[in-house]
Amino acid sequence: MSIDTKTAAKVAKLARIRVEDDALPALAQEFNTILGFIEQLQEVDVDGVEPMVSVTPMRLKRRSDEVTDGDQQGKVLSNAPDSREGFFAVPKVVE
Amino acid sequence: MSDLTKLTVAQARDALRKGETTSLELSDACLTAIEGAGALNAFVHNTPELARDQAKDADARLQAREAPALCGIPMGIKDLFCTKGVPSQAASNILGGFTPEYESTVSQQLFDAGAVMLGKLNMDEFAMGSSNETSCYGNAVNPWRRAGDDTPLTPGGSSGGSASAVAADLCLAATGTDTGGSIRQPAAFVGITGIKPTYGRCSRWGIVAFASSLDQAGPMTKDVRDAAIVLQAMCGHDPKDSTSADLAVPDFEAALTGDIRGKVIGIPREYRMDGMPDEIEALWSRGREMLQDAGAQIRDISLPHTKYALPAYYVIAPAEASSNLARYDGVRYGHRASLAAGEGITEMYEKTRAEGFGLEVQRRVMIGTYVLSAGFYDAYYNRARRVRTLIKKDFEDVFATGVDAILTPATPSAAFGLGEMTDADPVQMYLNDVFTVTVNLAGLPGVAIPAGLDAQGLPLGLQLIGRPWEEGDLLNTAYALEQAVGFVAKPSKWW
Repeated sequence: MSIDTKTAAKVAKLARIRVEDDALPALAQEFNTILGFIEQLQEVDVDGVEPMVSVTPMRLKRRSDEVTDGDQQGKVLSNAPDSREGFFAVPKVVE
Repeated sequence: MSDLTKLTVAQARDALRKGETTSLELSDACLTAIEGAGALNAFVHNTPELARDQAKDADARLQAREAPALCGIPMGIKDLFCTKGVPSQAASNILGGFTPEYESTVSQQLFDAGAVMLGKLNMDEFAMGSSNETSCYGNAVNPWRRAGDDTPLTPGGSSGGSASAVAADLCLAATGTDTGGSIRQPAAFVGITGIKPTYGRCSRWGIVAFASSLDQAGPMTKDVRDAAIVLQAMCGHDPKDSTSADLAVPDFEAALTGDIRGKVIGIPREYRMDGMPDEIEALWSRGREMLQDAGAQIRDISLPHTKYALPAYYVIAPAEASSNLARYDGVRYGHRASLAAGEGITEMYEKTRAEGFGLEVQRRVMIGTYVLSAGFYDAYYNRARRVRTLIKKDFEDVFATGVDAILTPATPSAAFGLGEMTDADPVQMYLNDVFTVTVNLAGLPGVAIPAGLDAQGLPLGLQLIGRPWEEGDLLNTAYALEQAVGFVAKPSKWW
């Protein structure tokens, strides 16, 4: 399994991280080093072994479905890079 | 009283209760020490006004004799914890300017117990690193130096600022977090105590998430007793974290009897790594002998899947990180890139994340994206989760034979020089966590304590791993080992 610059570019796109073209070969090389390390996992016999979902055998707690919080619009927006009229503002999404 | 900053939490608590000092004096002494320790770059957001206000409140509680365990104790808080009204950036530029409107559960519990916050502590960006070299604030520096050598050393990571601050007596105790060894490795590198409790003991609410199935908070302290006292205050059920355990928190300090007669201590043969320095091997043997002399029974054990822990971790942790860090999109908080004409929302995401995340974080987010992508999910992510099941079963099998705790080295080396690993490939850095990462994968409690100095005069640590939810028993074993080791070395002040 080897990652080429095209795959590296695709992964960067999926991760929504801009990577300049001239940085892609080095990135692909790092991916290959890390994936080479991970490759050892293929040696392990995992037949019939369940993938771990929860490290502690606990039942997820339940509570009644009721509103316990709210009316904090100002606080929610206080760290926004751009907010207008009580909303988060972003560049135009729909033409 | 002289040398207030050198007090342990337990000593300070007793002195405060007796009226021999005040929280304000203690806090001012720490604030002065912090001001003089800029070269360590341990504290990155100082909160002296908050500290003095909290100290005055604590002194009033002490006067009224309504003083809980940590009343008036000055602490540092890792930058990963959201603290209300105080910058909380996870050492990342992408959270530049972020000032939470809320308090993390753990820091709130510490404040409820009377703790005083001196400021926020340096760390690796998003807790991803083993040397504190990925921080947007620059490197934290280890107060220890090699004998006759001025090379600046790493305090370890990711909780490097916490480690440096406690070892240099800038605060009496600090919070850390541990996803693969981020409390225990730095504790070992600076000669202090650090415990990662059982997964679910401490609420993760309000702690910036890295890998949610592995992340746990814990204390970093000057000794085992202090670890017990501070951990006590940090633990407990929190309805705001669905993975927080609804279990009573026992009195950890009361468990410290030092009596470990009849306890069974396992020595896992798989932790004897090729190329492990003789000094680490010798330290481990001495630890084994000391526990035996204290009346414990030593048993050789096997944890057969140990070598697969790091590769499994480097699938699972990046996968969870890629999902958790998807929230940093420049919309709700933190950094947003400026856009050129004609650029839209996708460019905003891509530029924001390229500008805001450092290279190691970008690398891990992309590895996580890759192992979760269509076609590779089963081969990497599901396989790693199956291996994780086997790693946990290794421990369960050993505990089922009556083993109470497991003794291992804490790290494969002493602290290395800042920049020394820069040219190594990322995997070399990842090997720092080889002895600690199994514990996160299995959700177990693990504690690192200082156990000696290497030939260059640097501290080395040993790790004890305990049964789930038995932090009290684990800390007692650590306490017995601490008594036997008698580690008293401190770094000479150069900063």
